Amino acid sequence: MNIAAVRSDFPILSREVSGKPLVYLDNGATTQKPCAVIDKISRFFEYENSNIHRGVHYLSMDATDQYDRARLRLAEMIHAPDTNEVIFVRGTTEAINLVANSYGERLQEGDEILLTLMEHHANIVPWQMLAERKGLVIRVAGITETGELDLDDFTAKLSEKTKIAAFTQVSNALGTINPVKELTRLAKEKGAMVLVDGAQAVPHLQVDVQDIGCDFYAFSSHKMFGPDGVGVLWGKQEWLNSMPPYQGGGDMIEQVSFAGTTYRGIPERFEAGTPNISGAIGLGAAVDYLNQIGHAEIERYEKELLDYATAAMSEIEGLNIHGRAENKVGVISFTLDGIHPHDIGTILDTEGVAIRAGHHCAQPLMDHLKISGTARASFAFYNTQEEADTLVAAIRKVQKMFA
Amino acid sequence: MDDLSDLYQDIILSHNKHPHNEGDLDPHTGVAEGFNPLCGDRLKVYLRQAEQGKGNVEAVTFTGEGCAISKASASIMTSAVKGLSADEIEAKVEEVVALLTAQDEPEIDLMTMGDLAALAGVRKFPARIKCATLAWHALLAALKDESAVSTEADG
Ligand SMILES: Cc1ncc(COP(=O)(O)O)c(C=O)c1O
Repeated sequence: MNIAAVRSDFPILSREVSGKPLVYLDNGATTQKPCAVIDKISRFFEYENSNIHRGVHYLSMDATDQYDRARLRLAEMIHAPDTNEVIFVRGTTEAINLVANSYGERLQEGDEILLTLMEHHANIVPWQMLAERKGLVIRVAGITETGELDLDDFTAKLSEKTKIAAFTQVSNALGTINPVKELTRLAKEKGAMVLVDGAQAVPHLQVDVQDIGCDFYAFSSHKMFGPDGVGVLWGKQEWLNSMPPYQGGGDMIEQVSFAGTTYRGIPERFEAGTPNISGAIGLGAAVDYLNQIGHAEIERYEKELLDYATAAMSEIEGLNIHGRAENKVGVISFTLDGIHPHDIGTILDTEGVAIRAGHHCAQPLMDHLKISGTARASFAFYNTQEEADTLVAAIRKVQKMFA
Repeated sequence: MDDLSDLYQDIILSHNKHPHNEGDLDPHTGVAEGFNPLCGDRLKVYLRQAEQGKGNVEAVTFTGEGCAISKASASIMTSAVKGLSADEIEAKVEEVVALLTAQDEPEIDLMTMGDLAALAGVRKFPARIKCATLAWHALLAALKDESAVSTEADG
């Protein structure tokens, strides 16, 4: 990978913040966008904009075609067996809400949902709302000292009562990569439906939903170098076809009359109303861009960067890294003795270093770790070892101020 | 001074390291917990009046975890409002909020403001204003013995 060339694909990376070159290490929150995506979206609005599935005119047919092609790109990216199983949604959060509301209808009082302690609120709250509505029981698999999922606990909490198991492939707060294939197999043995939260996996890893064997897979465009406001729910058609619609409106119907309405098949059945057309097309461009660099190359580069940054940060006295799983993506969550993460975030910002400080929408995990939050540096393939050095120097400055 | 050293003045850092009046207050007539959902920080403020809602505030203490700004602000607050009536405290809170959110460089009378003046540096860091106001909102709630208040409740 030619890092200089890659960085020049992302215009924002050459700007300054606080009079210092931007060091963007908040990729877990959202990623930056390459020219390929920005240009695709501008071109769409400048030259191609139209609604889809509606017009007989050229622009509408062209927009529909582009939207469908974006769907195909995404199906290929995650190795979905059928393009129609890719539903465009607003993001991971909406994808999970869709499944909880629609698939969740079939659960009955006393049924159980198994989650893990490292879930993002997006993979907790929709299930809690469902559980409250239907009288379900939520169980939570714990984690080990190093921040890995406790497989024994996960297995112990599975039973014939478990109807849904929902877990993240990659923890946004710890960086842990979960063995999702193994977890899926265990859950399926008990007959549970499996949803995998892929929000933090898709920017870093090659994903194959057929290999994982899960029933649903959810992710957001904005965390994988695409625009915000769009994302994907992939689901097995046997489920999707048997699920009631999530929202009603235009585009999702076959025929409407006041005597009764019939719904279209997938994917339209779950895409009521005008979708985020430019967003989906922009996301398609992000997939093309990632393919150009190559997932294997991205994984290799990021691993090297993570090892470098981890080693450099481990040398800082009084710095504690939370999450030391064997399999990790480029996320380093840390605390400094006697210094609150918020103060770290503010001081790093004045050095041009953007990180996130707080609970990372994972309060149950923070409670377990007995901390109110962490500072989190999250890397992408456009970050460099020099930037890791800048981060380390800035952390030392924080310690000096608070000495 | 640059903005950063304006924010983390020695007074702030010293209150953070050695906070005044940290701990429970027994007996107390009012207690409230301030919660900042954006960062998960919680501060509990205790106070004692002759009777709940009556008389000047005899003592104020706080407990909880927070950043340097919220801890220092709480620490400074506990000394600044001791002996004041409920009305005087409300006026004081208004004064502090005005100081924290001032568009222009505020005029500071060090004689009357004391350590409170050190909070002025926060206004250049909009993301941190809620850290500084957390304890003060909790204090107002504690006066009414209202148990809980969130920084997101007042927009
Ligand atoms: C693991 C995980 N799941 C879900 C989400 C929610 O994604 P979105 O806000 O894009 O819906 C996030 C975002 O931070 C995440 O990190």
